[in-house]
Amino acid sequence: MLTFLLKRSWIMLLTALCLTAIVFFLTNIYPNLEKLAKTQGNMRMTDEQVERWLGDRGYLRPMVSRYGEWLGVMPGWTNTDEDGKFTGRCVNPDDTPETASRFCGVLQGDFGMSTVFKEEVGAIIVKKMGLTGMLMLWVMIVMIPMALIVGVLAGMKEGSRTDRSLSTFAITTTATPEYVSGVIFVVIFSSSMVGLKWFKGSAASAMNEITFENFTLPVMTIALYGMGYIARMTRASMAEVMTAQYIRTARLKGVSFPKIVLKHALRNALIAPFTVIMLQFPYLLTGVVIVETLFNYKGFGWTLVQAASNNDIEMLMGASIIAVIFVLVTQLISDIGYVYLNPRIRVS
Amino acid sequence: MTKSDYDGPILEIENLSISFFTRAGEIPAVMDFSCTVMPGEAMGLVGESGCGKSTVALGVMQDLGVNGKVVGGTIKFKGRDLASFTPDELRDIRGSEIAMIYQEPMASLNPAMKIGKQLAEVPMIHEGASYADAITLALEMVEKVRLPDPQRILNSYPHQLSGGQQQRIVIAMALMSKPSLLILDEPTTALDVTVEAGIVDLVKELGETTGTSMLFISHNLGLVMDTCDRLCVMYSGEAVETGSIEDVFDHMRHPYTQALFRSIPLPGADKNARPLVAIPGNFPLPHERPPGCNFGPRCDYFVEGRCNVGVISMSDVPGKNRDRHESRCVKWDEIDWHAPIAAKVETEVTEPGDVILKIQDLKKYYEVSASALFSSGERRVVKANETLSFEAREAETLAIVGESGCGKSTLAKMLMGLETATDGAITLENKDIGNTEIEDRDTRTVADIQMVFQNPFDTLNPSHKVGDQIIRVLEKFGVGATVAERNEKMLELLDLVKLPREFAGRMPRQLSGGQKQRVGIARAFAGAPKIVVADEPVSALDVSVQAAVTDLLMEIQRVSRTTLLFISHDLSIVRYLADRVLVMYLGHIVELGTTDQVFSPPYHPYTEALLSAVPIADTKIKKKRIVLDGDIPSAMNPPSGCPFQTRCARKSSVPGNLCETQVPPMRILADGHQVKCHLSDDVLEQMEPVITIVAAE
Repeated sequence: MLTFLLKRSWIMLLTALCLTAIVFFLTNIYPNLEKLAKTQGNMRMTDEQVERWLGDRGYLRPMVSRYGEWLGVMPGWTNTDEDGKFTGRCVNPDDTPETASRFCGVLQGDFGMSTVFKEEVGAIIVKKMGLTGMLMLWVMIVMIPMALIVGVLAGMKEGSRTDRSLSTFAITTTATPEYVSGVIFVVIFSSSMVGLKWFKGSAASAMNEITFENFTLPVMTIALYGMGYIARMTRASMAEVMTAQYIRTARLKGVSFPKIVLKHALRNALIAPFTVIMLQFPYLLTGVVIVETLFNYKGFGWTLVQAASNNDIEMLMGASIIAVIFVLVTQLISDIGYVYLNPRIRVS
Repeated sequence: MTKSDYDGPILEIENLSISFFTRAGEIPAVMDFSCTVMPGEAMGLVGESGCGKSTVALGVMQDLGVNGKVVGGTIKFKGRDLASFTPDELRDIRGSEIAMIYQEPMASLNPAMKIGKQLAEVPMIHEGASYADAITLALEMVEKVRLPDPQRILNSYPHQLSGGQQQRIVIAMALMSKPSLLILDEPTTALDVTVEAGIVDLVKELGETTGTSMLFISHNLGLVMDTCDRLCVMYSGEAVETGSIEDVFDHMRHPYTQALFRSIPLPGADKNARPLVAIPGNFPLPHERPPGCNFGPRCDYFVEGRCNVGVISMSDVPGKNRDRHESRCVKWDEIDWHAPIAAKVETEVTEPGDVILKIQDLKKYYEVSASALFSSGERRVVKANETLSFEAREAETLAIVGESGCGKSTLAKMLMGLETATDGAITLENKDIGNTEIEDRDTRTVADIQMVFQNPFDTLNPSHKVGDQIIRVLEKFGVGATVAERNEKMLELLDLVKLPREFAGRMPRQLSGGQKQRVGIARAFAGAPKIVVADEPVSALDVSVQAAVTDLLMEIQRVSRTTLLFISHDLSIVRYLADRVLVMYLGHIVELGTTDQVFSPPYHPYTEALLSAVPIADTKIKKKRIVLDGDIPSAMNPPSGCPFQTRCARKSSVPGNLCETQVPPMRILADGHQVKCHLSDDVLEQMEPVITIVAAE
């Protein structure tokens, strides 16, 4: 078990390194840097001005050494201009060459400054992940039980009327993209067109305080979309298990139908959907973009879109690390959970 | 329903008809089936696959699924019609009054539930026992089915047990609440013969001690003879003959029963002097049944206008000492049942030629990691084959016999070049091929060693025509220069395996199992091979088809003088067709000799046990009963010394701890007869034959 965990951590580290290197390279090719200079400085900068702006801020030095600086394995750049003003990667405004720290990278816990939000990347990630985490949590709380119930009910009697109506429901919700269902929900539940006005069409206030009123619509929009998918998986898995011979054994042993479903079929039927559920987490991390934008809930997805469209290098790098960790940790949980659901696979 | 003192028949089935309703319409699966099971009686249901025997069992359980329906007749359990039971009452008797044992133990146990919990469920449902009481009962039951270390077994999951142990658990589960009727649906088909013998013994003994009535479904006549008092032979949805074991086995009165007995290799059958008589034609599909007698088109005694008109019902066969003997044949009292088998062509014994394949000290070790997902780097060596040495001659049939895990398939893979040898040599006509993988072998070598596979259903590509698949092989082996030549050759091959030429244009799904196996044989013989490895070529086929396919193999061999390596676990068929026999156990050759030498004493103790374990469908045969304890050890963790010492019944005859410490040397007992055993010469000398024929009445 321990070797397994170590192995996984090693893979996680390696993936993170590769991914950040790629992101670093892509965000630092010249046209992207030019875009950064123009959005940060002035849209009408000449080519020379762009060059100066980038040069002053250390963007034009060799990419490998700058990646090393970002990682924190190489000392950050420093520069003293003709006015005697001391600047550098790790230099705070009131630092002198003596007091400034030499290394400031990920290894030192410093993710750098976001150029768009003018804030520490680490702090932004913590704050935004908190917001998106809240959204994800509620989505999962609503989505998983609903999906499993729908899937199990549909799959336990394949081809029955319950199966057909629940399957139709599941397919419909999955076939409706979030930007369509979101808009429909807003129109029905919060506009004066229908007049129900049960919920709020904006979740901006939920960033401070989550209430039933402001959070229901975004949660429902994501949950319904994801639910259909998991429900279909569960149904297929359940239907297959219900035809297994050990279910016949149980039936001919005199076990009643509800008990067959709960005691004999459920655990076996959950093995396949469990992996899918765990795969929903990484999807949600970025998949929430549409809903966050639609309901004006400034979470991680929304932040990522802002960072990408402004070539916010440090922010994007930080986000990449988070993404890698998130994917691999959920997969780790998925593998371990799989072992507990399926006794045929055991940690040796 | 309480377990009252009921002393009438446990099960009465009267004129039962069951149909399945599909989109294609009504498909009758069982027609006009009647039988009665008295308390304590064991009733055998015998027939080939698709004859409706399992449908009868599910009918008794009232578990026919959504499509199945009883369309006529009644099933009475303890005098009460099962159709009148409410779902709740049905659930009450299932598991408590009627219990069932299934064909595949692994599939019939819940993989995600511990054995103890699955067993405890039965008394908890039916007797309202507490979990603690139920577990105590389960523990008792596990002991009763003679499983070692019951406490550990209750705490394990099904996949942690071997096939034989799983089946014992299924039996324990069925007996948990002492049912009045036990239905066994091919309970040992998925198991090895020596394990099967143990299970059969257990079932018989439990039947005697608990007085449970049994409905024993099997395709194996020998097994039914060993376990049952009465039997009912089924053919294409109908019972064709029913009666006591003696009546049906010795005085059969239905042509199908007779044909069935003539097509199974009983002791005395011989491929040259007394060949098997295959039943011509194929089993009719449910919607293609002929009018009148279903067996008519395949029957030797068929009379136009009598056998194919009207409904033929069961009629009594009266006679002294006959016990409720019935036959569904209009001519049963006209046929001369004692007439000798219609003259079959006797064939010359083929003389074997030169040595064509020589295997010397062949070894194959596999390295496996203990667990796939969470491997911790620990590696184990599986010794699949240990120093095998033997020779095979031209036109000879060498049978390789052994149970699962004995390494016979590994040997075949090495011959084919799918695996390379760890050590030792395989010499094919002076050419060492032991270390050449199939990709590196030249076309001639590949064509020289071909294989006929066990399962004809999976070995043909479902999306290519039969003819094209044979032509593809011809192309690969460079047979024929033009397309037309190859086409001609392909048609000749179809003739060779006695398939009509129009089959070239058919898809594999349109063929029956026997026909598919013939295509497999045609494919193997396409490149004029020197050696054909037949890996259990008939074990997936029905009894009546087996004889025809076996005879076909023999016939082609006689003409082409091909060496046949016949891998099998079925000793009856081996005795029938093999010239020499090689017995394997856990990767070792334990005995090697001519068929006569191996089948008569002195034996290796394993051969002796194997011979005694094979059920033989002949009432005139007396068998010595040697039941081996436990299961075949895992090749991953083989016992020290002699591989067979953990189960050997004769270990005590060897002084000291020789068996535990030393692998016995290969000893030559007679010319060409080798045995790997520590037993002294005089012990071997004193061995008695396992099978003796009691003088005919």
